[in-house]
Amino acid sequence: MLNLSHIRQGDGSSVLPNSESDVFASGRLGKTDEPSPCLDEPSPCLMLHAPRGREGGFGAENRRRTLLTFIAAAILLVAVVVLGRLLAAGEPSIATTTDFTAKNLSPGFSHPFGTDWMGRDMLARTLAGLSTSVLVGLLAAGASALLALIFGTVAALGGRRADAAITWLIDLMLGIPHIVLLILIAFALGKGFWGVAIGVAVTHWPNLARVIRAELLQCRESVFVAQARKLGAGRLAIVCDHLFPHVFPQFLVGLVLLFPHAILHEAAITFLGFGLPPEQPAIGIILSESMSYLSAGSWWLALFPGIVLIVTVLLFDRAGSNLRRLIDPHRSQD
Amino acid sequence: MLRFFGGQLVKLIVLMLAVSMVSFLLVSLSPIDPVQMNVGQVAYLNMSEAKRAQLTEYWGANTPVWERYLHWASGALRGDFGTSLRFNAPVSQVIATRFANSAALMGTAWLFSGVFGLLMGIVAAVRRGGWLDRVIKAYSFLLASTPTFWLALLFLIIFSVWLGLFPLGFSVPVGVAPADVTWAQSLHHLMLPALTLSVVGVANIALHTREKTIDVLESDYVRFARTRGESTAAIIWRHGLRNLALPALTLQFASISEIFGGSVLVEQVFSYPGLGQAAVTAGLGGDVALLVGIALVSAALVFAGNLTANLLYHIVDPRMRPVTATAQNKSMGRRTGVSDA
Repeated sequence: MLNLSHIRQGDGSSVLPNSESDVFASGRLGKTDEPSPCLDEPSPCLMLHAPRGREGGFGAENRRRTLLTFIAAAILLVAVVVLGRLLAAGEPSIATTTDFTAKNLSPGFSHPFGTDWMGRDMLARTLAGLSTSVLVGLLAAGASALLALIFGTVAALGGRRADAAITWLIDLMLGIPHIVLLILIAFALGKGFWGVAIGVAVTHWPNLARVIRAELLQCRESVFVAQARKLGAGRLAIVCDHLFPHVFPQFLVGLVLLFPHAILHEAAITFLGFGLPPEQPAIGIILSESMSYLSAGSWWLALFPGIVLIVTVLLFDRAGSNLRRLIDPHRSQD
Repeated sequence: MLRFFGGQLVKLIVLMLAVSMVSFLLVSLSPIDPVQMNVGQVAYLNMSEAKRAQLTEYWGANTPVWERYLHWASGALRGDFGTSLRFNAPVSQVIATRFANSAALMGTAWLFSGVFGLLMGIVAAVRRGGWLDRVIKAYSFLLASTPTFWLALLFLIIFSVWLGLFPLGFSVPVGVAPADVTWAQSLHHLMLPALTLSVVGVANIALHTREKTIDVLESDYVRFARTRGESTAAIIWRHGLRNLALPALTLQFASISEIFGGSVLVEQVFSYPGLGQAAVTAGLGGDVALLVGIALVSAALVFAGNLTANLLYHIVDPRMRPVTATAQNKSMGRRTGVSDA
């Protein structure tokens, strides 16, 4: 029986199916048991291809540029969060100050993102909301990656029964549409901050858990682990000295690439009314409130917060794929 | 063959059982009081004690979870999925009408995103490195990180508010009796939500098809075909499509879960009365029976998608078929494509 759900997202969690090497690596290295349609192809030795040349602007950067891109993306994200927190701090904060003499202004010099129906500056509100969303996303993605590590490890090393149980759980979680599951969990936890944070955390681990499980299974069968076993190393020592260092890069990259998912889902679930409460500035709240004013022509209420959200997601994804290029030995030549 | 379908059936039953239990438990765990939620704060405060008790009884807030689940499950076995308290109608009926609306929406989006995604992926790969490739790649990368509901809002602003081409929402014109709605009017209301869903869905399949096409174009058999003098179009048509169709089909059937998720958001923005909007209404109102029903339907949909893709594998790719006595005979083998795997 071919199991389909393995293929749904390349080798794990990037929102963006990554450039060339992604498909390449996941098929050849057997990270996923994806059925390769080209059955007659000779397998692993093909990894030794020469670095693909300059192409389309993506795979062309060298390591230093990759590192710089990563650092720049990270700094920008931290700056946005800090700025947003500052704007949301205090009582009343800059983001929530109302000014009824300046309501419903379209974007202009003093208010680059315009103002809403209560005269709040949309730039400040957007940044404050974005920092909330990023923090929820970070928290949820971190927790989710940890869950993935635990479940993946238990599945790979905990014996046949544990493996079967966890694989079944993963299939179950992937069998329900993400949003429906999120709605159920957020509702069960009474909505609000914890509802959405826990909801996102417990729904995003399956893909990464699968990657970690496959990676560990593969590593366990490798020659150097067999060697260590013959040399008399204990189970725990093998896990700590050989297995974990091996999956750690995967884990780290998976963690970073979980953020974009987490943020997008947080915004979506908040938008639907299951997430953060209306008094908290969040991108989802801003966008769902803007719906009532769209027919009145207040386009800026929806346009700019959305663009800022997209830029953030792209930054995270860029940071993640650059990090992957830096620490994944199979990709170091890209 | 029989064993294969038997196995799938058992899988489906276990899945349905698990989904219904999990969703029942989750909804029942909620600290949100369904009575307060549905009658509103003011009405709740002004309500008499007896009335409140009556409503609590109606929403079943007093009965323990397992009792309610058993009651529900015994009904479900007989085809009775309970009554939607929010819509005041049998769940199966609510889901049936809503599903018809959603199916039109999701089906169109699924088809369009699949076809255009495949085409865009192939074009990008053939024109690799050129401006067309860059545009398609940039578009796909951008769309993959765009929140669906924001795009829906954007389309609403542009096409409905500014250009006035499409209605602002709903599936039928306001103030027209359901019987009088014409086919064209329904289509007119469907177009914008379907467009939104398709535009988002294209990204993933385009990017994956592009990778796959590049692999195919670099293969030895394509090089050989080129030396024979075949044109690129002929190569794609004769040698490419079969190899490309497999991953594309897989991806497209596996994306049903995501299209369903997208439709929840899009329906909410366009006030389109489909399954997704019903899910949100049920969730916000604590309508357990309806929410469980929708969770079951969506899980069954995802399951059906995966199963279909598995079956299609065997039809599209002869190499996937296990070698059996019948498969030795080529013409027979092609017809008995699906067999026990």
